[in-house]
Amino acid sequence: MGKVIAATGNEAVAEALRQINPDVCAAYPITPQTDMMQRFSFFTNNGMVKTEMILVESEHSAMSACVGASAAGGRVVTATSSQGLLLMLEIVFIASGFRLPIVMPVVNRAVSAPINIHGDHSDAMAARDAGWIQLWSENAQEAYDNTIQAFRIAEHLDIRLPAMVCLDGFIISHSIERIEYLDDKVVSDFVGEFQAINPLLDIEHPKSYGPLILTDYYMEYRRAHNDVMSRVSKVVLDVAKDFEKISGRKYDLFETYRLEDADIALVVLNSAAGTSKDVIDSFRNKGIKAGLIKPRLMRPFPYAEVAEALKHLKAICVLDRADAFGASLGPLCTDIMASLYQYQQKPVIINKIYGLGGRDYLPSQAEYSLNELVEILNTGKVKTLKEYIGVRE
Amino acid sequence: MKLKGWRDLEPGCVIKEAGNSVAIKTGSWRAYRPRWIQENCIHCLFCWLYCPDMSIHVKDGKRSEFDYEFCKGCGICALECPGKKGNKAIVMEEEGK
Repeated sequence: MGKVIAATGNEAVAEALRQINPDVCAAYPITPQTDMMQRFSFFTNNGMVKTEMILVESEHSAMSACVGASAAGGRVVTATSSQGLLLMLEIVFIASGFRLPIVMPVVNRAVSAPINIHGDHSDAMAARDAGWIQLWSENAQEAYDNTIQAFRIAEHLDIRLPAMVCLDGFIISHSIERIEYLDDKVVSDFVGEFQAINPLLDIEHPKSYGPLILTDYYMEYRRAHNDVMSRVSKVVLDVAKDFEKISGRKYDLFETYRLEDADIALVVLNSAAGTSKDVIDSFRNKGIKAGLIKPRLMRPFPYAEVAEALKHLKAICVLDRADAFGASLGPLCTDIMASLYQYQQKPVIINKIYGLGGRDYLPSQAEYSLNELVEILNTGKVKTLKEYIGVRE
Repeated sequence: MKLKGWRDLEPGCVIKEAGNSVAIKTGSWRAYRPRWIQENCIHCLFCWLYCPDMSIHVKDGKRSEFDYEFCKGCGICALECPGKKGNKAIVMEEEGK
C-alpha cells in the first residue's frame, strides 16, 4: 500500500524521481523549479538514489549533458522553467531529433520581458513544437502520476521520444495538497529496467550520433519524426491503463467533466481546471448544461479525439494562460479550432487570455466566460473572438 | 546509390557502422585542386599530418599522390608545405581550368 501525505507539487515530482531512480540528472536552478531539483539533490547527496547528479553552469549545458548521458545509454532526467527552457531550447530539439527518451518536468512560468517568476504557460508553449511529448498536470497528484508514466511513455520501444511533464509554477509547485504516493517497489516495477538503444558506451559497437544530414535525407528524418509522433497517443493510453492497475487512478489523452450532454464548455489546461469545474457545477445547478475539457496530452495534440469529444457542443470558450503573439489567438485555441475545422457542423469558439504572469484565475472569470457562451446561445452572436480577462483597461 | 525512404532510416540519425565515411566520396566538393610538385618535396610529411581527410598517401615513409576521391580542396596542405628553397611542393589550382 502506498501512503497519503501532504506535499507540494515540486516535492511530489522529486519523490517520483527518487522512486524511479534515474541514472543521470543534469540540472540548473531556476524559480519555480529550483526547489524540485534541490529536493532531488538531497536524495543524491544522501545515497537514497544511485543517480549521478551533474551540476552544470546553465540550462543549455544541462540539456547538453542530458543528451550525452542519454546517448551513452542511461535513463536521464532534468527539470526547468521559463528562461531555463528557452535557454536550452536549441538542445531540446536535438534531444528529440536523436530520439532520446529524456524526461523533463517543466514548472510552468511566465517568460521575460517583463521578468516575472509566476505561473503561466508561455514557456512550455514556446517549446510545444520541439518534437517532444508534453503531458500537462492539474495538480500535484497528476504531476506525480504523469512523471511516473512519462518514463514508460518516453522509453516505449515503439516511440523513444523525450517527454515534458508540465505543472503550474507556484500554484502547484509550491502549494501543499493531499497526495497519494505509490510504494517504491510498485513504481520501480512499473517503470522497469531501462533498455538502452544504440548506447555510445557499448564500445564493442562504435557508432556516431549527430551526423550532418543535408538535402538528401533531412526531409526523410522529419517525415519519420512525424510518423513516430502519430504513434504516441496509443502508447499514452496503454501506459495509462497499466497505471490505473497500480494506482486506481484513471488517465486519458484529456479529461472531460460533465461534457457528454453539455451545450457549452470551457477548455483549459492545468490548475485552472479545478476552479473551472466548481463553477461548472454551479451552472449545472442553475440548469445550464456546461462542461469542461482539460487536455493532458498537449503534444502530440490528439486532434481527432478532442474533436470527437467537442463536436456536439454549441459554443466553446478556450482559456489560454499564454498568448501566441502574431497568431491572433492563444496557442490552445488554435489547436482546438484546428481540430474542429473539418466538421461542417461545429461549435462557435471564443478565446480568453487569463492569468498571465501568475495573476489569479478567479471563479468570476470562469462565470464571465460561461455567461458569454450562454449569451452566444441566446443571440447567436459573438461579441469578441479573443479577449483578455482579469486585466485592467 | 539508391537513397532510402523514411521508413528505412535508423531512428535518431545514428550511424551504426564505424568508419563509414570511406563510403562517402567528398572529392566532388572541391573547388581548388592541390597539385604536388615532386621536385620541390622534401618529404617532411607536414601535409600528411595536417590533412583533415587522410587524403595524402604515404608509401615507405615517402609522400606519394593525393587521394582525389576524398580531398575537399581545403588547401591546408599547401599552406603548411615548407617546400624547397622557397618553392612550394603543393599549389592550389582552380578546378576545371
